[in-house]
Amino acid sequence: MTPRDTILQVTNLTKRFGGLVAVNDLTFQVREHEVMGIIGPNGSGKSTTMNLISGALKVTGGSIILEDHDLTSLPPHKIARFGVARTFQLVRILPHLSVVENVIAGTAFAHKARWGAEAEQFAEALLERLELGDKKNQDIGSLTYIDQKRLELARALASEPEILLLDEWLAGLNPSELRIGIELISQLREEGRTIILVEHVMDAIRSLCDRCVVMNSGKKIAEGTPAEVLSDKEVIRAYLGDE
Amino acid sequence: MNSGEMKFLVIGVVLALGAASIPIVSDGYWLSIATTAMMYIALSTSWTLFSGPTHLIALSTGAFFGIGGYLVGSGMSDYDQSFWLMAIIAPVVATILAMLIGLATLRLSGVYFVIFTLGLAEMIRNLVSWVQNNFLGSRGLYVLTDFTEAHIYWMLLSVATIVFLAGWLINRSRLGFALRIIGNDEQVARHVGINTAWSKVILFMTTGFFAALVGAIVAPRYSYIEPNVVFSPQLSFLVVIMALLGGIHRLWGPLVGVIPFTLIWEAISISFPNSTTLFLGLSFLLIVYFIPNGFVGLFENLTGRMRK
Ligand SMILES: Nc1ncnc2c1ncn2[C@@H]1O[C@H](COP(=O)(O)OP(=O)(O)OP(=O)(O)O)[C@@H](O)[C@H]1O
Ligand SMILES: [Mg+2]
Repeated sequence: MTPRDTILQVTNLTKRFGGLVAVNDLTFQVREHEVMGIIGPNGSGKSTTMNLISGALKVTGGSIILEDHDLTSLPPHKIARFGVARTFQLVRILPHLSVVENVIAGTAFAHKARWGAEAEQFAEALLERLELGDKKNQDIGSLTYIDQKRLELARALASEPEILLLDEWLAGLNPSELRIGIELISQLREEGRTIILVEHVMDAIRSLCDRCVVMNSGKKIAEGTPAEVLSDKEVIRAYLGDE
Repeated sequence: MNSGEMKFLVIGVVLALGAASIPIVSDGYWLSIATTAMMYIALSTSWTLFSGPTHLIALSTGAFFGIGGYLVGSGMSDYDQSFWLMAIIAPVVATILAMLIGLATLRLSGVYFVIFTLGLAEMIRNLVSWVQNNFLGSRGLYVLTDFTEAHIYWMLLSVATIVFLAGWLINRSRLGFALRIIGNDEQVARHVGINTAWSKVILFMTTGFFAALVGAIVAPRYSYIEPNVVFSPQLSFLVVIMALLGGIHRLWGPLVGVIPFTLIWEAISISFPNSTTLFLGLSFLLIVYFIPNGFVGLFENLTGRMRK
């Protein structure tokens, strides 16, 4: 494999909530076309890290650089326009918009903005790709859970992101849906998308991630390929607790 | 333009022409009611441009309306300016004020926004009264023009038409789409690249502009302007009630609410002049409990069910 350029550089990232340090001096890089996993026990600061990158939360210390752009203290809409797109741990679709409008929402204000007929065609093509094509006229309230997740992903992809943040996108799916979900993300990976994946599902981590960062109590405790980190003693201890 | 929009355009033009002929067929009492209704159509529809998609209930219409009336009164009475000049200046002042209020209230949501706008409108009313009484002499402000009721009516009809056109354009634009996304989920809106702050402020400025313009145009109707009266909090509530009664998720919703409510309100004000506030509260409760989506919501439910 040829070494690829770093696209996202996170340096000494810190987030405090009052006395609690949710993310503590975290440093890592994401390279172009790479799927990087962030794993760790509940409450270890994974979602907080995602929220800091997307601008949902304000950074306490450290820096976040995407390509040449310093995202550290930018508001979320500016970060989005530099090409950061995300899904949320608790799925967030736009309930009073149509299925197609939900996807257009992703492109209309993005860095390569589309609008009007062009946006509509683009959204429909994306829905087709995510196997939501036959549901594009369906009442949004009648979408199943996995379809809501797909729709949220379609919205994120509609912005043609430089980097895609997926916060437990696979959580809550049943075993057969999970297979479909993993297959979908692996297709994105083959397309060469750059993704940060927060996951608890270890099968997904093993099959999807090029590299992983393991967090515990806000700190990075290991980094490497999935096989390396999952056999790391400290990682095992973090997951099983001190015996 | 698709065929649905074409249909609405044709209906709109027919309605506007029909409305324009009212002063020819009637004068006196019915024209005066039609003028009041036209004033509320312009106010409620422009109010809905902002509050419809964002679900932020603004109770500041009276303040902007008051600025319109007061500046026309003050400019004509105290500074010998023409009505037309003041009718241009007043909306500009209101738009700037709306921008400041908008920027100050951005972080507020739900009931805090409601209370803040109401409080602010009251503050402006008291401030203007105080300045007027203590510094500008408490002699009244007279708005003497040659306008007849029909002139005022036609001007209001023009403003209402412009409000509808503006609303139609906004709804088709990315700004309108942004507002709808904000109303659905502001967090998502920010993360798809929407500058939520400015989107909201721009729409709020639009409603402030139109409210002041309407206030300026109806000022000659009152002849005598008193700050305490033109900065009317009751007007703020009436505008909200009429819009909710019609339905605020469609551009033409408020129109459907204004016409019956203006008639009912006229009857109430004549029969029970001392308990209008009571009826105001009562209508508000009844609408929120029984027809939360307004007449348009009822109508769409019915036609939706018939189709199934
Ligand atoms: N907005 C907030 N205010 C205060 N504390 C917060 C906030 N968000 C997260 N925290 C705290 O920060 C810590 C890290 O939370 P975070 O959501 O990042 O964990 P996580 O690794 O995503 O966990 P999970 O696997 O359960 O999703 C937790 O202790 C959490 O309670
Ligand atoms: Mg989490």
